[in-house]
Amino acid sequence: MSDAMTALNGASMQGPVAAVREAALQGMVLLRGDLADETLAAVVKDLTGCDLPGQREMVQAGNTAVAWMSPDELLLLVPYEEAGTTVASLSQALEGVYHLAVDVSDARALFRISGEGAREVLARLCPVDLSPAAFGPGEMRRSRLAQVPAAFWIDETGTISLVCFRSVAGYAFGALSAAAESGPVNFL
Amino acid sequence: MLILQCPYCGIQCDETELAPGGQAHLKRHGPGSSDEDFEAYLFDRDNPMGVHFERWRHANGCGKWFLAARCTTTLEVFGTYSAQTTEPPAEIADRIRARRPNWEGRT
Repeated sequence: MSDAMTALNGASMQGPVAAVREAALQGMVLLRGDLADETLAAVVKDLTGCDLPGQREMVQAGNTAVAWMSPDELLLLVPYEEAGTTVASLSQALEGVYHLAVDVSDARALFRISGEGAREVLARLCPVDLSPAAFGPGEMRRSRLAQVPAAFWIDETGTISLVCFRSVAGYAFGALSAAAESGPVNFL
Repeated sequence: MLILQCPYCGIQCDETELAPGGQAHLKRHGPGSSDEDFEAYLFDRDNPMGVHFERWRHANGCGKWFLAARCTTTLEVFGTYSAQTTEPPAEIADRIRARRPNWEGRT
């Protein structure tokens, strides 16, 4: 069997205040359903160890995380090898409950933007208030990265992780690299 | 620049994060309707200077449709609300009347 590859084979670039690199393979499972349903919440908690996130929140537990994507959609981040079994477990545990679970790991690309200018790199591309007061750890933000949809979150160390469609991975990396090439403006 | 709050994610969305969907609160006239009604449903649109109701989709976000009440001349936004309504909610209408005392309601 052929090996699983990321979209850009781990491309990276180093700018003056921030670095952009494509992350290793990440398992991602999309789960749609009624988030108010108790069975669904219990199943997610059982599988990932995470409580259901509230509006725009992201809950982390060890190497798994659950993020709120829309009023009826969650994104489950699990190790790449476990994405398939997660979908199978979800489908089995939620039988009879309205839901949709899909393994989207290979349909997405994941980037990490690190360094003290990480927020500025993204602020140059997204119509989002990225000041530390408005956007911090524990929030999943879906928005527009230049001309393509993207979702991103920031961790305690200030590293931003960004998910976009795999088909636009090249475009996203190009846009992020161009934004990371110049120095700081310090407006955030 | 138009900034609308998505009622589903609570984000203050920049216009570029949204996709416009035209006039809100249209009544669909389908099979069995008169030719006049069907033509009006297809082509007759309001084009007011002032209070207007529009459909928007949070395309680069949660992907949900919502409705917005705004002024076409000043870009003042009176509020956004669920798309599952046939009339603007009372609180939106009150807010419009507070700002535009001469507003005659939706015609």
